[in-house]
Amino acid sequence: MSFIWNFPLFTVLLSLFSGPLCMMLSAKAARNYTIAYESVLIGMTGSVLAYTLKTGTSFTYTMGEFPAPWGNEIRAGSLEALIALLFSVVLLCSVTAGYHFIRKDMDESKINLYFTLLNLLTAALMAIVWTNDVFTGYVFLEILTLTSCGILIVREIGRTTLAAVRYMILNLMGSGLFLMGIVLLYDVSGHLLMVPIRQSLREISSDPAAIPAITMAVGIMTIGIAIKSGLFPFYFWMPDTYGWATPTSGAVLSALVSKGYIFLLFKIYYRAVGIDVMQKTPILKILFVLGICGIIAGSFNAIRASNINRMIAFSSAAQIGYIYMGIGIGTTAGFAAALFQILAHALTKSLLFLTAPYLAEVSSDSLKFHALQGSAHRDPAAGMMFTTGALSMIGIPVFAGFASKLMFGQAVVLGGVHWRILAVLATLGISSVLNAFYFIRTLIRIYYDPDEQAKSSANSRSAFDLSRAGFGFAGFVLVVLNVFLGLFSWVVSDVIYRGLGMFL
Amino acid sequence: MKETFRSWINGETDPIEELLDSWEESDPDREERKSLSKERIRTFMEQPGELSAVRQIRNRYTRIYYIVAVLSCIFLSVVLLYTVSLMPGLGKVNPRATEVSDRYIEKGVEETGAVNAVAGMILDYRAFDTLGESHVLFTALICVMILLRIDRKNQRTGYEDYYTIRNDIYYDLSGDPILRTMGRALLPCILIYGIYILLNGQNSPGGGFSGGAVIGAGLILFSAAFGMKAADRFLNMKTCSVITFVSLAFYSFAKGYVFFIGANGLENPIPKGTPGAIFSGGMILPLDIAVGCVVSITMFGFYSLFRRGSIGMDVNYDSFSKKERKAGGEET
Repeated sequence: MSFIWNFPLFTVLLSLFSGPLCMMLSAKAARNYTIAYESVLIGMTGSVLAYTLKTGTSFTYTMGEFPAPWGNEIRAGSLEALIALLFSVVLLCSVTAGYHFIRKDMDESKINLYFTLLNLLTAALMAIVWTNDVFTGYVFLEILTLTSCGILIVREIGRTTLAAVRYMILNLMGSGLFLMGIVLLYDVSGHLLMVPIRQSLREISSDPAAIPAITMAVGIMTIGIAIKSGLFPFYFWMPDTYGWATPTSGAVLSALVSKGYIFLLFKIYYRAVGIDVMQKTPILKILFVLGICGIIAGSFNAIRASNINRMIAFSSAAQIGYIYMGIGIGTTAGFAAALFQILAHALTKSLLFLTAPYLAEVSSDSLKFHALQGSAHRDPAAGMMFTTGALSMIGIPVFAGFASKLMFGQAVVLGGVHWRILAVLATLGISSVLNAFYFIRTLIRIYYDPDEQAKSSANSRSAFDLSRAGFGFAGFVLVVLNVFLGLFSWVVSDVIYRGLGMFL
Repeated sequence: MKETFRSWINGETDPIEELLDSWEESDPDREERKSLSKERIRTFMEQPGELSAVRQIRNRYTRIYYIVAVLSCIFLSVVLLYTVSLMPGLGKVNPRATEVSDRYIEKGVEETGAVNAVAGMILDYRAFDTLGESHVLFTALICVMILLRIDRKNQRTGYEDYYTIRNDIYYDLSGDPILRTMGRALLPCILIYGIYILLNGQNSPGGGFSGGAVIGAGLILFSAAFGMKAADRFLNMKTCSVITFVSLAFYSFAKGYVFFIGANGLENPIPKGTPGAIFSGGMILPLDIAVGCVVSITMFGFYSLFRRGSIGMDVNYDSFSKKERKAGGEET
């Protein structure tokens, strides 16, 4: 047993410890501490990833003296490590790039509380990624719910209050449904840990009379998570929640929190219920259809949006739809595509949410499109980064979005059923056109400057501004990772396949 | 069509503001009401504290929402009841269904040293869940603090300060002789009872969460009966955050230590003690004390924040608001 086995536990404990600690620090110290400790997290998750790839095995870690069916357990394989690494990188980038707006959006005396919440949110994400226990998943889901409302409401303007109240109610409904699902699952199987649940469900599901109860248990959980992550009929809370939060919160909420929920659901499907049992229920098929509806509806709403942040938020609804569509395909290639999409979307969406406010800042603080005219000339660095994100969202080759769309296409063609191939390929085509429609319109907006006023404008910024080193660093990292994911997608998809291989 | 397209390109409409509407019974004219309503919504969007000015914010579909909400609740209940009727009988199909609970009941005392099986379960077998759960409370406290703690941003005019101070005078019952006398008589009993529940978590029903809640109620009674100023001597922002931080950090480290030695197969040096004695159950007693501290501070914090927008007296109204009150509130 190597010392690296302890790292997953350390990431959770360190984040839990950092939360209360930041409450005691001043605003600046809290920020510096958070940046330092998130770098440590990157180191730890990175070494777990390297270790699992090197040994080619996953490991389970008993939490305390009591082994599997009695005590808690966490587990780490390449897949978990990859997702945890992604989460910590995006968190670090969001904090460094968004601190400028954190200071602007909230009162000095509450900035340390903001970091407290952010660190607790990190703890919850880490625990959800590593956990091998359905109920632990629920407990940390609760922390995730509360902290995500907290980092939304901290801006203290009417829009965020309104959005947070709605987000809170929907989230609590989701948590409640998820808990009911766990209760039903526990009733049927008698266990809370994922592996024992799968073993007893395998025995039970040989009896066709038990299938409706299992379907109901997993179905209620799925509805709960779908509400929380914004699948098709439940996506209407997204624009206000993501669009009006302070940029760090917007990036974290859209790029990480919803992915954390989906990863937990995927874990339950794959490890607790088992894909063979899932195939006996209609849930995956329903997710497939809803995912496609989400892609189309999200894109149409994004076209109607009048404000750049709302547009990006609605495009999140479409991207979440892709992930569910991949899960709904139900083959290993489909899951791999969905997981790749989680990576690609987290990197791209955080980039968009972190750069759009900088464009707004040089356009008299307005996020409306008419104010953004020519803003990319006033702030060239933010303009370039936004362009990268937009091109990736449309699915232009070289960027991550293209690789993930390609993987969806390949997965469904290999998967077999003809109506599915038709549906996925048609959706990919239509949604790419729709994405291009609204993103290219935005790009034209921010680069088209008929009167040449922007260049001479007083509040423009140069591309290299040392006072914005944090933003430059974060943007650079996100752009590089985005291009890496697009150019060397086979490296990442290989890690995903190996992770899926040791996932059971 | 061309106009719509142009307004789309320029992004001139805001769908949320367009959809919302606010009503007040006394609003006279339809046209006037519409413009008033727009005005109120805009005020609310800029200053959420002005919610009191808006009696009701509605969407044009509000009534449909009510109906759909009721219908979906009924639907969900029916479906859940139907599912329960479909469930396989306990242990009939699945002989392993009671495996876990049997072990907790049969071997719980021996393995954890706690007579109270629930304490053994939440603080020993499944301690990781409880570690998260105790942070849930702390998170809630932080969220309430963010919302209600008065700062330069949400107090704005000094006008609200004026209200807070007035509330403090109007609703301050600390001079009330009945409350004081009863408080004096009851407080020691409440606190001792709370501590008893807290310390006996491993032997009888109780433990950190319930004991902490009782102690928290005692603290609230104290500050109501003897005034916030008296409570502030030992429960201000600083002591509260130090106590919470120390308890939670101790919890994380103690439990992390147990997880670490458990997973690495090292020997556990913490004695289990004789079941039934007060020092038994290994780490359960200290963990219960830590949880109790967090819970009681959280309860007191909620009360204090809802009451005057600060924990203890840490927002000093006198220096902070006098000049601003002169600028804003006094004139109205």
